[in-house]
Amino acid sequence: MLDRDESRTTASLIIPDPVDVDVTRDDAAGVDSDVMTEEMLVNMGPQHPSTHGVLRVVLRTDGEMVLEATPHVGYLHRCAEKIGENLQYFQFIPYTDRMDYLAGMNNNLAFALAVEKLAGLEVPERAQYIRVIFAEMNRIASHLVSMGTYGLDLGAFTPFLYAFRERELILDLFEAACGARLTYSYITVGGVTDDIPAGWLERCVEFLDYFEPKIKEYNDLLSYNHIFIKRTANVGVIPPDRAIAWGLSGPVLRGSGVAWDLRKATPDLVYGRMDFEVCTGKGRMGAVGDCWDRYFVRIEEMEQSVRIVRQCIDQIGGAAGGHKAKMPKILKPPAGETYYGIENPRGELGFLVISDGTAVPYRVKARGPSFCNLAILNEVATDCLLADVPAIVGSIDVVMGEVDR
Amino acid sequence: MVPAPDYIPLINLPRPIEAVAVIAVYLGFVSVVAMFFIWWERKVSAHMQSRLGPMRVGGWHGWSQSLADGLKLLSKEDLIPDEADRPLFRIAPYLAFVPAFAAFAVLPFSAKFAFVDVSITVVLIFGILALEVLGVILGGWASNSKWSLYGAMREACQIVSYEIPLGLAVLTPVLTVGSLSLVDISIDQGGGIHRWLAFRNPFLFVSFGVFFIASLAANKRAPFDLPESESELVAGFHTEYSGMRFAMFFFAEYAAMFLIGGLAALLYLGGWYDPFGIVLHMEHTPSLVWWAALAGAGIFVVKAFTMVFVQMWLRWTLPRLRIDQVLYMCVKVLLPLACVNLLGVALWAWLFPGGAAQLAVQIVLTVIGAGGAGAFLAILVWAMFFRGRGITVSMLKPWTNLLHRTESK
Repeated sequence: MLDRDESRTTASLIIPDPVDVDVTRDDAAGVDSDVMTEEMLVNMGPQHPSTHGVLRVVLRTDGEMVLEATPHVGYLHRCAEKIGENLQYFQFIPYTDRMDYLAGMNNNLAFALAVEKLAGLEVPERAQYIRVIFAEMNRIASHLVSMGTYGLDLGAFTPFLYAFRERELILDLFEAACGARLTYSYITVGGVTDDIPAGWLERCVEFLDYFEPKIKEYNDLLSYNHIFIKRTANVGVIPPDRAIAWGLSGPVLRGSGVAWDLRKATPDLVYGRMDFEVCTGKGRMGAVGDCWDRYFVRIEEMEQSVRIVRQCIDQIGGAAGGHKAKMPKILKPPAGETYYGIENPRGELGFLVISDGTAVPYRVKARGPSFCNLAILNEVATDCLLADVPAIVGSIDVVMGEVDR
Repeated sequence: MVPAPDYIPLINLPRPIEAVAVIAVYLGFVSVVAMFFIWWERKVSAHMQSRLGPMRVGGWHGWSQSLADGLKLLSKEDLIPDEADRPLFRIAPYLAFVPAFAAFAVLPFSAKFAFVDVSITVVLIFGILALEVLGVILGGWASNSKWSLYGAMREACQIVSYEIPLGLAVLTPVLTVGSLSLVDISIDQGGGIHRWLAFRNPFLFVSFGVFFIASLAANKRAPFDLPESESELVAGFHTEYSGMRFAMFFFAEYAAMFLIGGLAALLYLGGWYDPFGIVLHMEHTPSLVWWAALAGAGIFVVKAFTMVFVQMWLRWTLPRLRIDQVLYMCVKVLLPLACVNLLGVALWAWLFPGGAAQLAVQIVLTVIGAGGAGAFLAILVWAMFFRGRGITVSMLKPWTNLLHRTESK
C-alpha cells in the first residue's frame, strides 16, 4: 500500500528538521524499553471518515502512539490554476467556488479583488457593503461546518446537525440572492452579479437575531463540555513562533495567540469602517495554541461576523452607487502582475494574477490557507495518541478542494 | 428480609417442549427488543438533532425500518477479505451474538417470569457477558485490517479496566442482600422506593453510579465506544464486516443494552417492584399473584427501557473519551471508589443492621435520588415548554431541541 520512497521524499520535503523528529521518537520508545513493540505504518485516508475529504495521512505508530504523521495531498487535483490561463477573467470565478467549497463567497471575493486591482477598477460603495455582508455570512457558515465536523471528529454527533440547521438558513439567504446554495459565483469582477432582492436585509437581520443565542448553545453543548475539553486542551499545541515560522494564517494562527487578521491589517472594502475584534487564543483551557483555542477562535469569530453584518446592514442604506461597476465588454487589464490576499474563513487566501494585456490571464496562482496550514500537521501530530490525530486535523480545518485545487 | 413468594414454573409441560417454548419465546422477545432499540435509537437521535428519523417504511413513523434493514443485510453479499483468517472471521460474530442472547436465559422479569433461576445468576451473567468481548477481539484480529486490529486491542484494553470496578460494584448489592441470585436481590427490594438498593445507603448510592459508568464501557456505548470509534478507526473491530455478520455484532450490542439496563434495574432500582409497594402487596394476595407477575414484568421492562434511553441520551450528547482517559477513569477513579464502596457497604451492614437510623438514611437518599430525578424531569418539561422565551438549560439541550424545527421557520 505505502510507497516507501514516496513517503520518504515527501517527509523530507515537509519536515524542517528531521533530527528533531528522530529524537522525540527515541524518547517515546524509551518509556517502554522493556516491552518489545513493533512500529506499524497505518494509512489514514484518502478514504477515512475524519480526514475531511481525501487527505491521506501516513501514520507511523507504536500501539496507540503516533510517532509521525505525514500528510499526502493531491487526490483532488483539478488543474484549476492551469484552467485559469485559458479563460477570461470573469470566467474563472466559478472555478474559485470549487476550491474552498465551504466558503465560495470569500473565494470569489479574493479573485475579484485581485483582478480589480490589476485592472484598476473602482467598485461602487453599495457593492462593497454587499460583498462584506456575504463574505461574513459565508464565514459564519464555514465556521459552523468547521465546528460541527470538529464535534464529529471527537465523537459528538449532535452539534454537527445543529450547526447544519443554522447553516441551512444562511444558504437559504444566499439562494434568495443568487440562486445557488454552494457554488455561488455571486461576487464577481466589478461588484456582484445582482443587487440583493427586496426584503433580503430584513430576513438577514431576522437570521442574526435567531443565530446569536445559538452560539451560547454551542458553547454549552460542546465548547465547555468536560470531555471535549479533555480531548482538545493541551493537544496539538502550536507555539506562536512556530505558527509564524510555518506561515500559518487564519484561526490556526490566531489560535496560537497571534493577533493577525487581514481584515484589520489591510482593511480593504469597508472593513475599515467596521468595529470588530480580532479573536485570539488565550490558553483558557490549556496551553496557548492548543486544539481548543483554535476551535474557540472560530466560535468567537462567528460572533464578530454577526457584529460586522449588523453594522453593514445599518450603513448600507447610505451607500452610493449600484451593485456593479461600469465594465468594458471584454476586460483587458494592462500588462502587469498583482497579488491580493484577503482573510478567508481558513486564513489568507491570495491570488497572484499576471496579465499580458489580453483578455485571458497569463498566469493565475492561488495561495490557499488550507494548503499552507496543513503543512504543520507533520510537526504537530508527532508523539501523540491515535485519537489526537483527528482532533488535530479537525482543528486545522482543511478543505481538500482548496489544498489540491 | 421480605419472604419470597412461592416460585412455580410458568407452564406445566413435558420438559423438552417447555424448553423449546421458552427458548422460542426468549429468542423472539430479545430479537424484537433489539430491533425495536435500533429503531428507537434512530428516532431518539433524530429528535435530539431536530430531524425526524425513519418515517416511511411500514407507515407509522417508519416502525418497520429495522425489519427492512435486517432483510437488506440478510440479502447482501457475504464478503470475507482475502487476507482474513476465514474460520475465525466467520465464528467471531456468533461469539459476540450468542453470549448477549444467552445471558437473557437467567434474567428474571418478575418473580414468576424467571425461567432459569440458579443460585449464582449474577456471576453467570457477568461471565457470559465477558465472553462477548472474545468475539469482538477475535473479529478484529481475524479481519487482518489495521483499523480492526486497533479496535480489538482497544476492546482488550478496555475490558481489563472496566471489568474490575464493574465486578466490585455488583458485589455491593450482593453483599447487602446476601445472595447471588437476581431473583433474591430483586425480592429484597420490594415494598416501596426507599427499599431500592440504590437508596439503601450512601455507598450503594455511589456504587450505582460506578456500576452504570462501568456498564457503559462494558457495552461499548458512548462515551466509551472506542473499539468502534467511527472518526478514528473507521468502524473499529467490525470495519471489514458486512451483511448478516455485521448485523450479528449490531444485534449483540442492542441486546446487551437491554441486558445492562435490566441489570441496573434488578440490582439497584427495585427490580420489578413499583415505587409504592403495590406489586409486593399483590404478590402476597393469592388471587392476584399472576397479575403481580404481569405488572412486575411490565414495570421491569419500563425500568430497563428507561436505562436504555439514558444510554442513548448520553451517546448523542457526549464526545468520545480517549483510550488513556478511559483507563485513567476506570483504574484510578472507579476502581478505588468501588473498593471503598464495598468496604463501606460491609461496615454499614455491621454498624446499622436495621432500625430507625437505617430507615432515616433510606428516606434521605430516596429524597435526594428520586427527588433529583423528578426535579430533573420537571426542569426538562419546563424547558421544553418555555424554550421560546429565552430560557436555556444547557444540560438538557438535546431534548429541548425538539422545538427547534418549528421555531426556525
